[in-house]
Amino acid sequence: MKLTVTVNGSPVDAEVADRMLLVHFLRDRAGLTGTNVGCDTSSCGACTVLLDGRSVKSCTVLAAQADGREVVTVEGLASDGELHPVQRAFHAEHGLQCGFCTPGMVMAAVSLLEENPSPTEPEVRAALEGNICRCTGYHNIVRAVLAAASERQQR
Amino acid sequence: MIPAPFSYKRASSVDEALDLAASDGDDAKYLAGGHSLLPLMKLRLAVPQTLVDIGRLDELSYVREEDGHIAVGALTKHAELADSDLLAREVPLLRHAAGQVGDPQVRHCGTIGGSLAHADPAADLPAVLLALDATLVARGPEGSREIPAGQFFRGLFETALEPGELLTEIRILKPAAPAWSFQKFTKRAIDWAIVGVALQGGKVALVNMGPTPLRATAVERALTAGAGAADAAALAADGTSPSEDLTASRRYREHLARVLVRRALEESASRA
Repeated sequence: MKLTVTVNGSPVDAEVADRMLLVHFLRDRAGLTGTNVGCDTSSCGACTVLLDGRSVKSCTVLAAQADGREVVTVEGLASDGELHPVQRAFHAEHGLQCGFCTPGMVMAAVSLLEENPSPTEPEVRAALEGNICRCTGYHNIVRAVLAAASERQQR
Repeated sequence: MIPAPFSYKRASSVDEALDLAASDGDDAKYLAGGHSLLPLMKLRLAVPQTLVDIGRLDELSYVREEDGHIAVGALTKHAELADSDLLAREVPLLRHAAGQVGDPQVRHCGTIGGSLAHADPAADLPAVLLALDATLVARGPEGSREIPAGQFFRGLFETALEPGELLTEIRILKPAAPAWSFQKFTKRAIDWAIVGVALQGGKVALVNMGPTPLRATAVERALTAGAGAADAAALAADGTSPSEDLTASRRYREHLARVLVRRALEESASRA
């Protein structure tokens, strides 16, 4: 089928197989490899992107389902060379170890802060339940999300 | 993992969805949020020839009050249920349980109707609607019909829906008794329930204690006869037939059912 997905603000047109998954569309057609394929079973969250502003696992969404809609990947967060506040906080708080889960963690955190701008620590932990860090680096990840939230509040 | 080839069709109205599904007979499946169906298709456990995408039928996404009952559109997402002020006031059991399904990403996609029509015995919402004595509304080529939740679940992944019939609405009478509880026991936060319990008033339903969600009728009868929480909960595994799998033996599931029903009765008593 022919589809058009707005990815990070720009339309991407493609002719794809009906069964193509959104994550493969993003990586192989849009050329955006920041979105990782981890477990491929909607458990680990490494493939998390925003679909119309809300976090989804792109290994469990068909590209066809995103036709005509807006997707934001980790590559779409920074603007004018400036990191997004959540990216900046992950850097400052060292919210990563090997980095594989990081794009998904960042996108899940961006979605959380849209829904709940000032989460408590337990709320951050609960909101990241769909994202697995195999290095078990959760403490700094949670710290980074809380730091990003408080930076947002101050702006 | 990639699903086997299928043909994707998108419906822009309920009537169009029914027509599209009818043109492919038994080999068509409706695609709502896709968070039950697509994982099965990726594992090639489900191989539909046609997917009819109903995900954009906004007319089926709502939570509203209608003379004495709450009407929930079948395409309402778990996240929307978990965020509903109307449900918080009138059916807090459903609002709370919807917030326990999967994880935030799953709740942004998955729908109440999809969960019911998929009829996984480990799913949370089927048991919740059983405890709420909900009525399900389905539309087919012949028109609409109502199916009581108690007659909807027929077997493992099997419901009373006819091929091509589309679940459109869930109707819930406002609960008379305020007492409710939802208990879910998992190994990891995002896992399916090993066992779960939904309780509303004197109605108790079990998750994953058989091929379908079940009412714990022995517990309900004991409560009606005046038994206390501990004595009633001891009967929680009566009449159940839980499966054995990697997460739990049958005996462990029976034990969990008794423990979780007792916790549900105690928690609900504190809300009564």
